[in-house]
Amino acid sequence: MTAQTFESIAARTAPVSTEGPIAWVRINLFGDFTTGLMTVIVLAGLLMVLPQFFSWAVLRAAWLPDYDACRVDGVGACWGVVAEKYRIIIFGRYPYEDQWRPLLATSVMLAMLVGSCTRSFWKAWLLPAWIVVLAFFFAVMYGDFAGLQKVETDRWGGLPLTIMLSTLSMMMAFPIAMVVALGRRSSMPAIRTVCTVYVELIRGVPLISVLFMASFMFPLFMPAGVSIDVLVRVIIGITLFAAAYMAEVIRGGLQAIPKGQIEAAATLGLSYWQTQYKIVLPQALAMVVPSIMNNFISLFKDTSLVTIVSLYELTGALGLALNSDANWRPFKIEGYLFIALIYFAFCFSMSRYSIWVEKQVNKGKAR
Amino acid sequence: MTDKSPEKKQKWSWRSQAFRGVIYQILAVSVIALGVWFLAHNTLVNMQARGIQSGFDFLGDSAGFDIGESLFPFDSADRYWKAYAVGIVNTLRVAIIGIILTTILGTLLGVGRFSRNALVRGLCYAYVEMFRNVPILLQLLMWYLLLTETLPDVQDAIVFGPFFVAKGGLIFPKPIWEAGHLWGVLGLVAGAILGIAYRKWAFRKFEETGQLRSMFWVPLAIFVVTGVLAWWTGGAPLDFDFPAKGDFSIEHGGALTPEFLAVLLGLTMYTAAFVAEVVRSGIQSVAQGQGEAAAALGLHPRQVMRLVTLPQALRVIIPPMTNQFLNLTKNSSLAVAIGYPDVVSIANTSLNQTGRAVEAIAIVMLVYLTTSLSTSLLMNWYNARSAIKER
Repeated sequence: MTAQTFESIAARTAPVSTEGPIAWVRINLFGDFTTGLMTVIVLAGLLMVLPQFFSWAVLRAAWLPDYDACRVDGVGACWGVVAEKYRIIIFGRYPYEDQWRPLLATSVMLAMLVGSCTRSFWKAWLLPAWIVVLAFFFAVMYGDFAGLQKVETDRWGGLPLTIMLSTLSMMMAFPIAMVVALGRRSSMPAIRTVCTVYVELIRGVPLISVLFMASFMFPLFMPAGVSIDVLVRVIIGITLFAAAYMAEVIRGGLQAIPKGQIEAAATLGLSYWQTQYKIVLPQALAMVVPSIMNNFISLFKDTSLVTIVSLYELTGALGLALNSDANWRPFKIEGYLFIALIYFAFCFSMSRYSIWVEKQVNKGKAR
Repeated sequence: MTDKSPEKKQKWSWRSQAFRGVIYQILAVSVIALGVWFLAHNTLVNMQARGIQSGFDFLGDSAGFDIGESLFPFDSADRYWKAYAVGIVNTLRVAIIGIILTTILGTLLGVGRFSRNALVRGLCYAYVEMFRNVPILLQLLMWYLLLTETLPDVQDAIVFGPFFVAKGGLIFPKPIWEAGHLWGVLGLVAGAILGIAYRKWAFRKFEETGQLRSMFWVPLAIFVVTGVLAWWTGGAPLDFDFPAKGDFSIEHGGALTPEFLAVLLGLTMYTAAFVAEVVRSGIQSVAQGQGEAAAALGLHPRQVMRLVTLPQALRVIIPPMTNQFLNLTKNSSLAVAIGYPDVVSIANTSLNQTGRAVEAIAIVMLVYLTTSLSTSLLMNWYNARSAIKER
C-alpha cells in the first residue's frame, strides 16, 4: 500500500466569457458555421449596396435648389427638388402668401394630438378641447373672417389635409364603431343583421371603391339643389370605411369580457346601457387600444388614396409640384423619398407609441 | 277573466324586454328603410333630370378602347362585358401570384426575426419597419417610376440569354402550346396522385412498423418522373416563341409589363412586412417550454421550428394571414394609379365613357365582395370553432 500523496490537479481554464461586446459578436454573429456563413454573406451584400447608396444620397448629392447643378454628370441625388418645391409638397395648392395659416392650424392640431397621447390629458375636458381645436382648424383654414382671405376647400392640400382627414375620420368613426360593435353582439336579430351586413359589406370592398362612390355617386344621392363639398363627401366615405374596421376591433375586445361579469351586473340590477357603460366598455376598450392605434396608422396611410379622387394631400401634392415642371420632373424619385420619410416618421412614432400604451394598459395585469 | 288581463297588460308594457326589443327593431329597420328609399328616390330623380341612362345593357355595347395587357385576345371592337372579364382576370392574376410570393417572403422574414444571427434579425426588423410604415400607393408609384426610368430603351435592351429587359418590361421566350404538352400536364396530375398515395402508404407503414421512409424526396421524384415520362411519350415538344430585337420593339415572346411588375413588386413587398409580423407573433405565441423540450430531446433547431413550433403557431397564424391575403387583393385596386388594367381601371374607363357611375362601381364592389365574403364566411366559421367556449 503506497502512501497517497496529495497532488493538485491543474485548474480548469476559465469559461469563455459571455459578456461584453466581443462575446456578443462571437455568439450572435459567429455562433456556429451557418451563422458565420450568413454573417459573411449579409455583410458582403451590405458592403455592396450601402456605400453606393450613401455616396448617391449624401456624398455626391446636390443640395441647392438649382436644377442645372443636378444635371451635371456624376451628381447623385438631387435634394434641390425638395429645397425648391417643399412649399407645394407640404401645403399643396393653398395660396402661397397665406400658407402660415395651414402651418398654424396644423401645428395646433399636432400639439393637441401629441398632448392627447399623454396621461395628463386623459380627462373629461379632452372631448370639448378637441371640438375647439377642430373648429379652430377649420376657421383658420377656411378664413373669410377678420380680414382673412377665403380659401375654398378644393385648394387645401398637402400634409395639413393628410393629418386632418385621418384625425377627423378616426374621431367620427369611433362612436359609430362602438354602436355597431355592440349591435353585432345584440340579442335582437334585426339589429344584429343590419350591423353585420354593414361591417361585412364595407370590409369586403377596397377603400378606393368607397372613395369613387363618395366622389361620383354621392352627388346623385342628394335631393336636387343640395350639393355637398367634395372634401366633406370624402370625409364621410373614409369615416364609414374606418368605422367598419374599428367595429371589428372593438368587437374583439367585447368578446374577451367574461360572460360572468355581465351576469353579475344584471344581478345588481344594472340596465343594458349601464352594464355596457360601466362594466363592459371600459375593460374592452382598454384591451383594444393598441389595435385601435394600428387602425389609426393604416388610416393615416390610406388617406393617400384621396389623391385618386383629385384631392391633393401629401402624395397628390408631389405630383402637383413636379408633373407640370419639366425642369424638376426628372427628380421625382427624390421627392417620393422625401414624402416617404414624412410618412415613415409619423407611422413609426405612432407604432412606438402604441407599444408604450400596451405596456401602460397591461401594467395592472403584470405580476 | 280578471286575473288574465293584468298578465296580458304586463306582457305588452315597456317593462317587457321582448316588447321593447321588437319596438326598437321595428324602429331601426324602418329608419334604415326610409334612408335607403330617400337615397334611391333622389338618385332616380337626379338621373332623370340629368338624362343619365341606367341599366346594365351597356355591357353588350362595343367598348371602343384597347387594353394594354390581357391573357386572352381583346380589341376595341369587343363588348364591355369582355373588357370587364379582362380586368377581373388581370386582378386575379396579380393577386394570386402576389399571394404566393408574399407568403414565401413574409414567412422567411418572420422566421428570420428569430435567427441566431444578429445581422439577419436586424435586417428583417429593418425591412418590416421600412415597408409597413410607408403607404402602399406611394410604394407602387415609386416602383413604377423606378422601373420606367431606369429600364433601358429597346435599342439598348439588357439581354440575359433569351430574356430581354427593356422599357417594355421583362420579355421571355413563350412556350408554344402543342398537343404533347397536354400529355405532360396529365402526367403531372397522375404523378401528384401517385406521390400522395405513396406518402399515405409510407406514413401508414411508419405507424405500423416504425420504419421511416422518405416523405418528401421520393414523392417529389415520383411527381417529376411521371410528368417527364408522359411529356416524352407525347413526343417531347420543346418549341419556344423566342423574342427577337426588331427596329422599334422587341417582337415575339411573352412580356411582363412594367405596370404588372410594379404592382406585383409593390404589393408583395408591402404585404410581406405584415405577413412577417403575423408569422412572428404566431411563433411567439407558442410556449417557450415547447421549443426547450424539443431541444432537450435532441432535435436540431431547424427541426424544432419545422416539427414543433410551426405546426402549433399555424393555428394562430392562419386567421390574420387570410386577412392579409384579402388586403393584398383589395390593395391591388390601386393598380389604377399606375395604369395596370385591373377591374377598377376598366370600370373607371367605362364610367368615363358611358357615364354610368352606379353600374360601374356596383360591378367593382361585387367582384371584391364575392372574393372577400366567401373568405370571410370561412373565417367566421373558423373563429366560432376556435373561440373560447362558455356555457
